[in-house]
Amino acid sequence: MLLECNKLCKYYGDKAALNNIDLQLERGKIIGLLGPNGSGKTTLIKILSGILTPSSGDVKISDKNIGIETKKIVSYLPERTYLSDWMTVRQTLDFFKDFYEDFSVETALDMLKRLNIQPSEKLRTMSKGTREKVQLILVMSRNAELYLLDEPIGGVDPAARDYILKTIISNFNENASVLISTHLISDVENVLDDVIFLKYGNITLHSTVDDIREQHGKSVDALFREVFAC
Amino acid sequence: MLWNFNSNTPIYIQIIEQIKLSIAVGEYKAGDKLLSVRELASEAEVNPNTMQKALSELERDGLLYTQRTSGRFITSDTLKIAALRKQLANEQVENFISKMKLLGYSSEEAAEMLKDH
Repeated sequence: MLLECNKLCKYYGDKAALNNIDLQLERGKIIGLLGPNGSGKTTLIKILSGILTPSSGDVKISDKNIGIETKKIVSYLPERTYLSDWMTVRQTLDFFKDFYEDFSVETALDMLKRLNIQPSEKLRTMSKGTREKVQLILVMSRNAELYLLDEPIGGVDPAARDYILKTIISNFNENASVLISTHLISDVENVLDDVIFLKYGNITLHSTVDDIREQHGKSVDALFREVFAC
Repeated sequence: MLWNFNSNTPIYIQIIEQIKLSIAVGEYKAGDKLLSVRELASEAEVNPNTMQKALSELERDGLLYTQRTSGRFITSDTLKIAALRKQLANEQVENFISKMKLLGYSSEEAAEMLKDH
C-alpha cells in the first residue's frame, strides 16, 4: 500500500476540517480528490505533504511516517506558487535539482519546450497560466512515488490542460500514484482510475470511475453535481 | 485513431467498442501491430489502466493477441473479423427495428421502408 491513513483528524480550533479519515491508496493509480469548497481537500493534501500536522490519527506513505523520508518520495504541487518571481525558469530547475535527488532537468526541459516556454524567461514577466505550467512541470519532473496535485489545471487554457493531462498519464510509472484535487471534473474524468468524494471532512465515496458509470449510468461529474447540489 | 467518448458508460467499454469498429471497417487490418498501451492511452487521453483493461478484454475475445517480445497485434483470423463485422451489423439492425417499433412500425413495414429507401 502506498498510502494509509487511519482515523485521521484535523481541527482548526474547534472546527473539524478532517473527521476520522480512513484511506488507502494503491500504487499505479490516478485518483481524483473531489469535493466542494471547504470540504478538506487542501487540508488532506497538506498533511500528506508534511506541511500540516494532523490533530490525531496516523498517516503512512510507503510505510514511513510523514517527515524527511516521505518528502523525498512525495512531489507536491500547491494551490499557489511559492517560487520567487525574480527567478528565471532555468534557475527554478537548478533550485529543484538542489532540493530533490529524483528531479530530472532533462524531463523538465523537454516539457518546457513542448509548451514553448523559454528557460531564460523570468517568472515575473509570465502570465499566471504560464507560471502554473512551469510549477507543474517542476513537480512532474520528479521521479516520485506519490504526486499530490492541488488544483493543477485551474488556471491554464484548455489546450495546455490536454497537454498537462497527457503529461501526467505518460510520466508517472507503475510504482507511483497521482492524487489530483480539482473542481474541473469533466476535464480529468477520463484519466482517473478512482475518485474520492470529500464532504465536510468526511469521505462519502471512494470508488472506481468505471463502477460509478456502471452503477449510476452517469458521469462522475453528473454524480458530483447531484451529491453536492446546493 | 480518433477517439470519442460519451460520459455515461464506462470508458473501457467504449474503447472496446471503438476498437471493434475499427477492426470491422478495416481501419485496423488483420495482423496489424497496435501502439503500446501507454501510447494508446495518451492518444485517447485516458488512463493507461483503463486502456489495459479494454485491450485485455479484446484479447480474451480473441480479437487481439500478444507476442511477448514484439507487442500486441490484431488477430490474423479473417473469419473472426468477418464474424465481428456481421455481429456489429446485427446490432445495428436490432437497434433499427426496436426504434421503428417504438414509432409503431412492424418489422415487415420497417423492412419494406428500408427496401424503398
